[in-house]
Formats: sequence, structure tokens, C-alpha cells
Amino acid sequence: MRAFSYEKPADPAAAAARAAEVEGAKFLAGGTNLLDLMKLEIETPLHVIDVNGLGLDEITETEEGGLRIGTLVTNTALSADARIRRDYPLLTRAIAAGATGQLRNKATTGGNLLQRTRCPYFYDTNQPCNKRVPGSGCAALSEGAFSRQLGVIGTSDACIATHPSDMAVAMRALDAVVETVTPTGMTREIPLEEFHLLPGDTPEQETALMPGELITHVRLPAPVGGVQEYHKVRDRASYAFALVSVALIRQADGSGRVALGGVAPKPWRSDAADAELPNGASAVMSVLLDGARPTEENAFKITLAERTLAAMLKES
Amino acid sequence: MEFTKPVESNLFDNAKVVGKPMQRIDGPLKVTGTAPYAYERNDAAPDALYGYPLGAGIGHGRITRMDAEAARNAPGVRAVVTTLEIDPLEKGMNNVARLFGGDEVQHYHQAVAVVVADTFEQARAASALIEVEYEEGAPADLDLDAAFERVQGTGEPDTLVGDVDAAFRDAAQVVDQMYHTPGESHTMMEPHSSTVDWSGGEDMTVWTSNQMINWNHQSIATTFGIDQERIRVESPYVGGGFGSKLWLRADAVLAALGSRAAGVPVKLALPRPMVMNNTTHRSATVQRIRLAAGTDGKLTGIWHEAAAYCLPGGRGENATAQTPVFYAGETRRVKNHVVDMPLPETADMRAPGEASGLMALEIAMDEMAEKLGMDPVQFRIVNDTQVNPSDPDIPFSDRHFVECLERGAEAFNWSQRNTSPGGQRDGDWLIGHGVAGAYRGALVMPSGARAILDGGKLIIETDMTDIGTGSYTILAQTAAETMGMDVADVEMRMANSAYPVSSGSGGQFGAPSSTSGVYAACMALREKIAGNLGLDEAEFNGGRVTGGDTDMALSEINEEVSAEDAIQWGDFQKGYAMGTFGAHFVEVGVHAYTGETRVRRMLAVCDAGRIINPITARSQVIGGMVMGVGAALSEDMALDTGRGFFANHDMANYEVAVHADIPEQEVIFLDTLDAVATPLKAKGVGELGLCGVAAAIANGVYNATGVRVRDYPLTMDKFIDRLPAV
Ligand SMILES: Cc1cc2nc3c(=O)[nH]c(=O)nc-3n(C[C@H](O)[C@H](O)[C@H](O)COP(=O)(O)OP(=O)(O)OC[C@H]3O[C@@H](n4cnc5c(N)ncnc54)[C@H](O)[C@@H]3O)c2cc1C
Ligand code: SF4
Repeated sequence: MRAFSYEKPADPAAAAARAAEVEGAKFLAGGTNLLDLMKLEIETPLHVIDVNGLGLDEITETEEGGLRIGTLVTNTALSADARIRRDYPLLTRAIAAGATGQLRNKATTGGNLLQRTRCPYFYDTNQPCNKRVPGSGCAALSEGAFSRQLGVIGTSDACIATHPSDMAVAMRALDAVVETVTPTGMTREIPLEEFHLLPGDTPEQETALMPGELITHVRLPAPVGGVQEYHKVRDRASYAFALVSVALIRQADGSGRVALGGVAPKPWRSDAADAELPNGASAVMSVLLDGARPTEENAFKITLAERTLAAMLKES
Repeated sequence: MEFTKPVESNLFDNAKVVGKPMQRIDGPLKVTGTAPYAYERNDAAPDALYGYPLGAGIGHGRITRMDAEAARNAPGVRAVVTTLEIDPLEKGMNNVARLFGGDEVQHYHQAVAVVVADTFEQARAASALIEVEYEEGAPADLDLDAAFERVQGTGEPDTLVGDVDAAFRDAAQVVDQMYHTPGESHTMMEPHSSTVDWSGGEDMTVWTSNQMINWNHQSIATTFGIDQERIRVESPYVGGGFGSKLWLRADAVLAALGSRAAGVPVKLALPRPMVMNNTTHRSATVQRIRLAAGTDGKLTGIWHEAAAYCLPGGRGENATAQTPVFYAGETRRVKNHVVDMPLPETADMRAPGEASGLMALEIAMDEMAEKLGMDPVQFRIVNDTQVNPSDPDIPFSDRHFVECLERGAEAFNWSQRNTSPGGQRDGDWLIGHGVAGAYRGALVMPSGARAILDGGKLIIETDMTDIGTGSYTILAQTAAETMGMDVADVEMRMANSAYPVSSGSGGQFGAPSSTSGVYAACMALREKIAGNLGLDEAEFNGGRVTGGDTDMALSEINEEVSAEDAIQWGDFQKGYAMGTFGAHFVEVGVHAYTGETRVRRMLAVCDAGRIINPITARSQVIGGMVMGVGAALSEDMALDTGRGFFANHDMANYEVAVHADIPEQEVIFLDTLDAVATPLKAKGVGELGLCGVAAAIANGVYNATGVRVRDYPLTMDKFIDRLPAV
């Protein structure tokens, strides 16, 4: 870990302003991802702006009938909230499927959206990685590499990493919107769909946030009802990132929404694929995973995603 | 004490302490966090500074330049030692790659520098400032399948009995399949750690985490070219080893070099990635197994050929270890090949050989049972043997494999299971049952101890280690039994090179050997006490010594009495095959859609001679079963064949079983005694619990799905396209 300076700003706008002003600044929320990465010198902030204590830790009801989640609401508090459990059970299920109780007690809403990939080469500073060191190459795409967990769609020749969050997959299915404050004190709204970027030639740019921009809230639109399920598939029963996860909202008429985790650099969903839901898992996946470019080691994720959805749709 | 013939009767026949369930005596220290582990020797080395290692960043090659200037100037740094500044160190016992010194890189994360600083954070940060330039070695062929193809059929068989070709030609049924087991990391909780005081560059004290004090002691002397007398090694608490701490590793070497350079004691723990790529691991294996059987279900031919990799001069996993002895059959051919590859070092891991071998052989047995239309339990029973089938003049000392199978089948309700693969379902889950046989050799080693009677207290000194297994407790039980004393009056002093040399902990020889050593020392003490009292015959019971006219409490003996002895194993044991046996039964669920596999029920039945303490023995067996679940379903050191290293080098990516993976576990110990094995008629059990577990799970997966998977771990990517369509 490199030496860094530290401050606790007075309010969200000040935090954003300072983050833009001080070179190499980073926000610290729960720290469960940032601190790990700092210890390994994958993240090397020169200045840490601790956003804990800025408020932003409440869940309030919106006029449109939805909920507004402060960025510092912990994963534990969010998943346990009675309104979330009643109206957005998908979110509770997805959060509870991630990490462990101790981690969820620290992990925050904004931090969870911004957690970085679990690509093993990203984690090993001896290896080339375009996401960690732009232009250094992608070890995961080289001959003989270990790519079983990595992405199959939305990836590029520069990077095939996935976004590891479970919570974000549910939020994508729920059409969540990220609210921010910019360094100039303006507020901004970014639909989750547009929040995470595809890697293209610049895998180091992961989100639509501008330098210094602070997430203040995540807003959920009015509840959409239906049966909401999250199936996370992994090799062991707990404490592992998803090989594939499927978030499903299914209405009585057979329509609904599907989002995938573990397959792409962002939660993966499309309207066209949702429209195929009445036609079954195979129809959904042939649209949703159209254009997939898996490696030899992770091609199984395509079959796995389809079969997982089939299980949730009780197809037999 | 020489163990020269099978035990007839001795004091353990009426044991009051040995064989009884007793909570481990070091338990309170551990659960209160006060057991001093190697990295936390604030009691012994309160001024120790922090060492942090740097590992090589390439698979193999040469270092052309190192620049540690920035690291030396970093805040808090007291010393930096780079590998280029040190002549290549000598290699200690079973070290294949050099632990430090010189410019050659033999494997990824081989240690290339150590930084000593005032705080851990400073040492770690400074290590990242060291610049290293490499010249990479020529690309290596790391394809073990291709290597197997090349070596298959070459070389003299390790075992060759009878006319194998004829047996296969005439067989009613033949199985001929390839099996794969992956590289495995020991993944014990406590990484390799040492605190070393070599501050004067003269005498050295090493507080370490090691299974074998004496080997470690010798290896340190060899490595640094100093006299063993000047080194003291202590390892009283070890947070797991599983074989990875049998040998001297880089933690102690770097801490020593750092201590000498900085002139202060230094402590150093290997970061987890270095546990995986710097230390040793169990090599992957490729195995071809051919079985021939007659219509009566008797095996007529067993042909097992395997390959594993290792660094030149090293040892790979010998997956054929059990094949010469486990099952009957008149003909057999067995050959293990070891292929040189520039990969991190391979060496022993819990049940080296049998663990990987049975993962394959016990699937093959299941396949043959099916071909014969026999129940797999019955098929194994039919092929039991009471003599070493490769050398029929040699009987097993004591073998109750059939009873293990029968008791297990009954307790598990085996007869009630569904026998048509894919035929039982519980919601989305396909349910299956599997069985596998377990075998692990019963080794013993010489082992010594000193017994001291002092004011009614008995002190036992031995360099035996307790790697979480319960040695403190069972040795105290053995001593108390032998001296006719209360366990509470026994003080165990262990794992210090100042004490008599023991067997150490490894190869499940620790418990049988070291209890015998303590027994020998206590018998010597009895003799001395009797002699001091002028008694020809003496009895030791209830804390008293009686004989002739004497009847006195041991606490009345004022002078300290001390005796030292060691157990030596007589040649007569060579006239027997000694092993431990077991049977594993499991119930698994395989998700019909996703192929996720979860174990639902586990039972192990063990035949391992006298069980010295059922509580600690059970812990060993259930721990082995947990490790078997990991081996079956998730553990896999992911080899990057282009870069020559294991890429998933942390505990997030190398997936051992977690709590949620482990169902109800049951263990049954058969009430057996092996008079050939040791004076206590006991054998080890710590490795038996792992042997065969993974195959039982694989067989359960087959029974659940009808899909046979021969490559471990059985992750869904290997069979999802073979699951029934949905
Ligand atoms: C062992 C382990 C297992 C895990 N398993 C899972 C799993 O199975 N599923 C899963 O989904 N997750 C898993 N996680 C990840 C975990 O969910 C994240 O670490 C956590 O959600 C991050 O939240 P945090 O508040 O701690 O973020 P921090 O570490 O504090 O921050 C993460 C990033 O977000 C930035 N940031 C934080 N808040 C803001 C804000 N308000 N505005 C702008 N930027 C901000 C920080 O600067 C930093 O870059 C696991 C983590 C660990 C360590
Ligand atoms: S896949 Fe992305 S994160 Fe992984 S090594 Fe390549 S560039 Fe880095």
C-alpha cells in the first residue's frame, strides 16, 4: 500500500469538489474493495476522501412510489429493509447471494456498484492487464490463460473481464437510476443501463462517472410486482462470485425481465430479450447472448445461462 | 525400546485413559487466541521487526538486474536483501528449487528479495519498490496429457505380477479409462510463517510453523552452512500443514537473512499467493486405469499407469501408490512416471499418492461393478484380500476392509438407494449415492521422548509437533496411562529442537509413532523409579507405585527422576503389509438444470487400529472428508500453460469447501487392534479420512445423473452438455 493523505469532507458537494481538485483522489465507503486493492497496489490513491458520515444512509420513499437508497446504506441494511423485501425481493435475494455477512455489513450501495473485476490477472501485478495498466496487454487473452470465470459477451480484444456484482444485476432488472453530485455541485441521473461501460479499447474506464463525481443515491422506480427470483450459480455453495447469475421478474401473463451476471462487463439485459420471455429460456438467450465470443474455457456459460433460466421458468 | 514382535498383552489392554474421548488440552489456548503461533511470538521476540518477501514475476528464467535503492530508502526500512547479493544457498531436505540466492528463477514466486521494516505496511510497500528485470526461459511444454502420451508404456513397471496381457484378453469385462486429478494447494489457514533471531549472525533461534522439527533443524543448518548445535527450532502451534510444512521453506530462510542483515529478530509470513506458487503443492495427475474381471466379479487384472509433473530432481504425486496392495487380483502392472516441468515445486500433501490414486481407481471400480451388474459394495467385498496381492507371502497385519463396507452399507441404508442412474429426483435436484473404498499405508517412524517425574507431576519432552491434530492430548493420555497417573498431572512440552527427536507429524505416522515413543520413555522412567526404590517389579496405578513392601504416591518421590528413550521398529514388521482401511458413503444432489453439485450426507467407516482419542480422531476424519468435498467439487490450481504459473493464487479463486458445502457427517470407527503396528496397537487416521471421498462423490454424481465424469474437480463445465436435455 502506498502512503496517502486522508480527509473527511463536510458534505457530498464538497466531497465531489475535493475529489476533482486533489490529484489521485479516491472515495472510501465500506472499503471492502478499495482497501484490498490498495494493499496489492492495484489501486494507488494519493488521497482518500472518506464519505462515511455524510448522511446518505437512509432509504426514503419517492413521489413516484419507488425508493431512494442513500449510497451509504449497507448491503445488509438494504437487503433487510422491509419495503425492499416486500416490493423488490429480487434485490434482497441478489444481495444475500453475495459475499458474506461480515462483508455485507460494511459494503455500501455505491461501493458495490463500483467494485472492480475479479479477473485473476487484474489481481496479479506481475501480469499485463489493460484494465490495471492501460496498454500493457491482456494476460487473460493470451495463449494458455485461465479464463474460465471471465466474460463471454460485451467484451473486447482489450479485456474480457466481468463485473462481479450481484446487487447490480438485480438493480439492472429493476431499472434503477444512479443519482450523483458532480464536482461543480450539479446533480445528475444516470440509468443503471448506461452506468457501466463496455471495455472497447479503454477497459480502464468502467463507468459513466466523470472524475470526482460522487454517487449520492440509487433510485428504484415504483415496484413492478411479479415473481422475482435470483439464481446464482457457482462451484461451491457460498462465498464465491457467480459463474452465471440470472435475475428474473416474471409476471402472471408470462412477460417479464431477465438480467445476467457473471457473463459480461456489466449486468446484461436487453429489451428484445425480455420480449422473448413468453417463448422460453432458449428464445431469451438466443437474443440476449447473440454475438457472444466466449473462450474455450468459458463457453459453458452460454449453456449454463440458458439452463439456469429454464430452471427458473420451470421448463422441463 | 525395540519393537521386535507383535504385542501380546500390555498395559493398554485395560486402558483407562487411552481410547477415551478427551477434549484437546490446548483447546482453551486456541479459542482464547493465546496459543503463540509463529508470527505472534511477542512473548519470545517482542522486538521482532517485520519482514516481507518478494517473489519472482516469471515462470522460469534468469534475473538480469535488480535495483533495491528505492526500497532501501523507503520509510521505516531497516534492511533489504536481494537474491543477487547472496550466493545460492544450499538446499535442505527435499528442497528441489533453491529457497534463495543467485540469479536463477526456477518457478513463479520463487523468493527474490526480503525487506525488513518497522511495520508490516512499510515492509510490504517497500517490497513493491524493488525493480527486477528478467530474461525469460524458453517456453516449456506444460501439457501433462501430451507428456503421458509420450511416456506411456515406457520404462520398467514398478510392479509386475503375472501375465497381465492374458488376463485382459480372457476377461469377461474390461474397463479402460483415462482419469485426471488437478494440482491442489494445501490451503491451511496459517500461511508459512517464522520469527527468526539471527541478529548476531551467530546463534539462531527459529520460531516457526513446521511439522518436522528435526528435518527443519537439519535443513536450516545445511542451508546456511552452520552447525546444528547453534540453532534452536520451536514450533509449538501450527495452524495446519497438510504436508506443506514438512520441509524448510522460504519464510524461515528470508526471516533469517533479514534478521542477520537488520541485526534484530524478524518475523515473516508468506502472503497467500506465495503459499500457492512459492511453496509446494500436490501435482496434477493423468491416469490410465484398466481393470479386467471374470463373471464371478473377481478382478483378474489391474493395470494402472500414471504421470505427474515436478521440477527436475523432484517428486511428483504417485497416484499408483495403493494399486499394488489394495485389491485382490492375480495379475497387475503398475507404473508411475514423473515428468520434468518448470512449475512451482510439488511434494507431499495429505495422503500423498493414495489421495489422487483413489480418486481414479475408485471410479474405475464403480465402472467395473456396473459392467458386471454387481452392487459396488459387493464388488469390493469380493475383491478383498488378506495378503499383499503383489507378494502373497506377506499377510496384512490387520485388515477389516470388508467390515468397513458392510457396517457402512448398513448404517447408510445403502440397500434402499436407487440403482438406476438418473432415477431419483427431489424437485430440481437429481439425487445419487456413491461409495468408495479407502486405503492409506500405515507408516511408523522412530520416535523419542523424555519423561520426567517431578514432585508428582509428569513432564514429557519431545520434539513432536501438534499441527492441529491433537498430539498434545493423545501424548498426555499415553503418558498418563503408562505411568498410572491422572492426565491433569501431565505437562506436555513439545516441538522444540532441544527435546528428543520424534517422528514429527506427517504421512499419518505421527500419532502411532510418537505415542509409542512416549510409551517407551515412560517405561524407561518406570524402570528407573522402580530401580531407585529397589523394586524388581513395580506397578503404577492411581498415581502410586507399588511393589514388594512399597506403596507410595508418586508425589512423595522428592527427587526429580528423568528417563529418555525412543521407539525403534524391528524388522519383523517387514513380514507384514500394514495399512488403514475405510469406506466412504455419500449422498449427493446434482441440479438437473445447472449441474451444481452439493453433498447431502456423508459417512466414513474407518479401520485404523486402536483409536487413541475418539474426539480428536473424529476431527481428523471429518476434516479429511471436508477436504475430499473440495477435491471432488471445486479445488483446482488453474495452470496458465503460457506463463507457467497457477493463476488462481488466492482463497477467493482457489475454492476449498466452505461451511455451506458440508452436510451432516458421520464417522464410525471399527473396534480393531493391530498388534503388529505399535505397542498401542494403533495406526494413523489423519489421512485415511480423505482417501476415497472424492471418488465416492463422483460415483454419487454418476448415480444421480447417469453421466460419468473422470476429470476432477467435477464442475458443471465438464458435464453440463451431457446432462439430460431440459
Ligand atoms: C471476499 C469477498 C467476496 C465478495 N463476494 C461478493 C459476491 O459474491 N458478490 C458481490 O456482488 N460482491 C462481492 N464482494 C464485493 C463486495 O460486494 C464489494 O467489495 C462491496 O460491495 C464494495 O462496497 P464498499 O462500500 O466496501 O466499497 P469501497 O471499497 O469503499 O469502494 C469501492 C469503490 O467505489 C468507490 N466509491 C464508493 N462509494 C462511492 C460513491 N458514493 N461515489 C463514487 N465512488 C464511490 C470507491 O472509490 C472505490 O473505488 C466480495 C468482496 C470480498 C472482499
Ligand atoms: S481480462 Fe481485463 S482485467 Fe483481465 S487481464 Fe485482461 S485486461 Fe486485465
